[in-house]
Amino acid sequence: MIKTLNNLKQGETGIIVAFKGKGNVRKHLMEMGLVRGSDIKVERVAPLGDPIEIKIKGYSLSLRKEDAKKVEIEIK
Amino acid sequence: MDKIKIALAGNPNVGKSTLFNRWTGMRQHVGNWPGKTVEKKEGSFKYDQYGMEVIDLPGNYSLTAYSVEEVVSRDYIVGEKPDVIVNIIDAANLERNLYLTVQMMELGANLVLALNMNKFAREKGLKINKKQLSELLGVPVIEIEAVDDTGSEKLLQTIVKVSKSPNVVLDRLEYGNEVSEHTKQLEKIIDQDIPQLDAPSSWIALKLMEEDPEIIKKIEETGKGQRVLKEIKKIQRHFNDVFGDDADAAITDARYGFIAGLVSESVKKPKIDKVTRSDLIDRVVTHKYLGIPIFLLIMWLTFQITFTLGDPLGGYVEEAFAWLGETIAASMGEGFLTSFIVDGIIGGVGGVLVFVPLIFILFLILSILEDSGYLARAAFVMDRFMHKLVGLHGKSFIPMILGFGCAVPGIMATRTLENERDRLLTMLIVPFMSCSARLPVYALIVAAFFSAYQGWVIFSLYLLGIVVAIIVAAIFKKTIFKGMSAPFVMELPPYRLPTAKGALIHMWERGALFLKKAGTIILALSVVIWALSSLPVGVEYGSQESVTGQIGTVLSPIFAPLGFGEWQATVAIIYGFLAKEVVVSTFGTLYGIDGDGGGEEASDEEVSANETASVEQVSNEASGEQVSGETAVEEASAEEEETALEEDPGYIAVMQELFTPLSAYAYMVFVLLYIPCLATLAAIRRETNSWKWPAFAAVYTFVVAYVVSFVVYQGGLIMGFA
Ligand SMILES: Nc1nc2c(ncn2[C@@H]2O[C@H](COP(=O)(O)OP(=O)(O)OP(=O)(O)O)[C@@H](O)[C@H]2O)c(=O)[nH]1
Ligand SMILES: [Mg+2]
Repeated sequence: MIKTLNNLKQGETGIIVAFKGKGNVRKHLMEMGLVRGSDIKVERVAPLGDPIEIKIKGYSLSLRKEDAKKVEIEIK
Repeated sequence: MDKIKIALAGNPNVGKSTLFNRWTGMRQHVGNWPGKTVEKKEGSFKYDQYGMEVIDLPGNYSLTAYSVEEVVSRDYIVGEKPDVIVNIIDAANLERNLYLTVQMMELGANLVLALNMNKFAREKGLKINKKQLSELLGVPVIEIEAVDDTGSEKLLQTIVKVSKSPNVVLDRLEYGNEVSEHTKQLEKIIDQDIPQLDAPSSWIALKLMEEDPEIIKKIEETGKGQRVLKEIKKIQRHFNDVFGDDADAAITDARYGFIAGLVSESVKKPKIDKVTRSDLIDRVVTHKYLGIPIFLLIMWLTFQITFTLGDPLGGYVEEAFAWLGETIAASMGEGFLTSFIVDGIIGGVGGVLVFVPLIFILFLILSILEDSGYLARAAFVMDRFMHKLVGLHGKSFIPMILGFGCAVPGIMATRTLENERDRLLTMLIVPFMSCSARLPVYALIVAAFFSAYQGWVIFSLYLLGIVVAIIVAAIFKKTIFKGMSAPFVMELPPYRLPTAKGALIHMWERGALFLKKAGTIILALSVVIWALSSLPVGVEYGSQESVTGQIGTVLSPIFAPLGFGEWQATVAIIYGFLAKEVVVSTFGTLYGIDGDGGGEEASDEEVSANETASVEQVSNEASGEQVSGETAVEEASAEEEETALEEDPGYIAVMQELFTPLSAYAYMVFVLLYIPCLATLAAIRRETNSWKWPAFAAVYTFVVAYVVSFVVYQGGLIMGFA
């Protein structure tokens, strides 16, 4: 099943299959490790509902849901 | 003696500065990169018979042109060609750290890898085979501990060795057929057409495929790039056809692919991720319901500790300077020179030094919050709020809260924002937070006009400041900072116990920089204002005949539409530029009122002493202590008899003569919003490294203050509040 990252629930894990879109933010996020084939886990959502914290390449990264929308995840 | 030029590079927060400080001790110089707001740290030390020159590069995740820091680092590596680059790596976070390493290898840099934070890697259950990693990369890999001497000797030996026989790393990278073929193809054209570039042509080729704007510009500037640029277009089309994605993405994928290969051969990972201590802490600190209360509590504590500890200390500084002024005045007698030394110099220096305790304490707390990892969580918790409200990053919240105490530490706290535009925008709106220096002004006016609703009136001003800040931020976001929205992509580093040494060093570096850079400006301008108030020779300090008084008289009609066209009100505004609470004591001086309630003419002596007191009251601001109109001499001798100005019937009479309730409110609004005080402007100057922004801040806040006060006064008139 494929979901976009912003729709993953707390604790859900998967593998990145695609990163849609263009631009600097996408590039930066890819450089931070959000590349195809990487394991990803949603660690938690901020108290106000945004941003989210994910675990990628063994570390914790936070990003906003509007950016997470572009990332497609294959749920394990 | 042979010199070796070393650059320390690595991701943020991996221990570069720790190692830098350990190596260079006090032999370091902190400045800015030319034309940039990024800090540049250089130092030197001796090892064996070598003179080591070290530069601490800004922390980076990559070497694209994503941030100023990345451009600075990249230009340094390309332009300055350091003999050796020590790449410090967080062993607990190897994959992402190697991404930068790989990019420096693309540049052909002469690298040594220093694995730091090995303890945390072991805690995570990672086993790194250094030898294997080193062989695969063709780069020496040394295990160090930046906080102590572990591995230090070995690292230095390796640096010396590598500086003599550089590593060849270019041929180690394997990015798969598609990327390598096209790189080679481009490389060939570059070598033919533009052979004299100072970076490896394979790197230029990669950067061009990544559509790096800086590199494209450089190639265009050579005037010989037509063929190369045309080829790029073709390659990009090809990538889009074959992969359905840009070359850019394919290259990032390829780098991580190469790293994945490295890691699988040299690192043993546990099957299941352990639940770390950081996870456990985060479950509480970023908890759905507890997260925000915890954040507010920590902010409140920061505020309380800074101001309750800093104020009394600032008070001592102030008293010491008052005493010094008196002593000098007593021994020199009255006169122009005495006034210059006491009111100009000592007043000015005092005005700088009263900030010192406040700033050092604040930086100590901020360093602890930052080093422990909490600051990133605070931003995580507050981001949505700040983003929705003012289009800013979560981290901007902290400077704004501090602004309620004093804008100077608020401005300096913008350091923690990585994004330059966020930093600028935050600096521009922090001065609208009603700092404690405005409180005495409100207290005075409120007592004269609004005694029945004191709390509400003052509260309305605080609120007004916040509302104006939000509106101004929204306007700036749509105009000068248009399209510059900073994304929120932030690492949440593991929690660590901050070391006392690290926190103290941070505090010292930042505090000393404030003193050096902002202090000189505050002092110089204080002297200028003193001169304007004392000239022409023989006039009473700050009287209508003085230059300041004359300027005030000329300018005062401008303020008539706001309801306060009297020259005294204007002169008070000019002095308020020095520090806002001086507005209050200026009225005292101009009307010759002292705290005992008399309305008699002030003698020369009283007037000048009074001014000394007011300049030094910069610190009273925060203690909430009410500013009194007593002379410094009286203050020292009869502290306990002090009567606050706003309770003084003579003063109230004067205020009621000068203002109506409506114009008094408009005046408070103006004092709240107009030109940040001297120290704030100096801090902005220091942080942005240019006069442009403080000048802009001064002008635009004046305009905002004028417009808002105008609306308040004229609106009030229309509604019949006169
Ligand atoms: N336990 C431990 N802590 C370390 C070590 N090296 C650095 N630290 C801590 O890690 C934090 C960050 O260190 P810095 O030296 O400021 O890191 P930096 O690489 O200069 O960071 P940026 O300037 O932000 O890029 C500090 O709190 C250090 O005390 C280490 O070897 N072991
Ligand atoms: Mg550093």
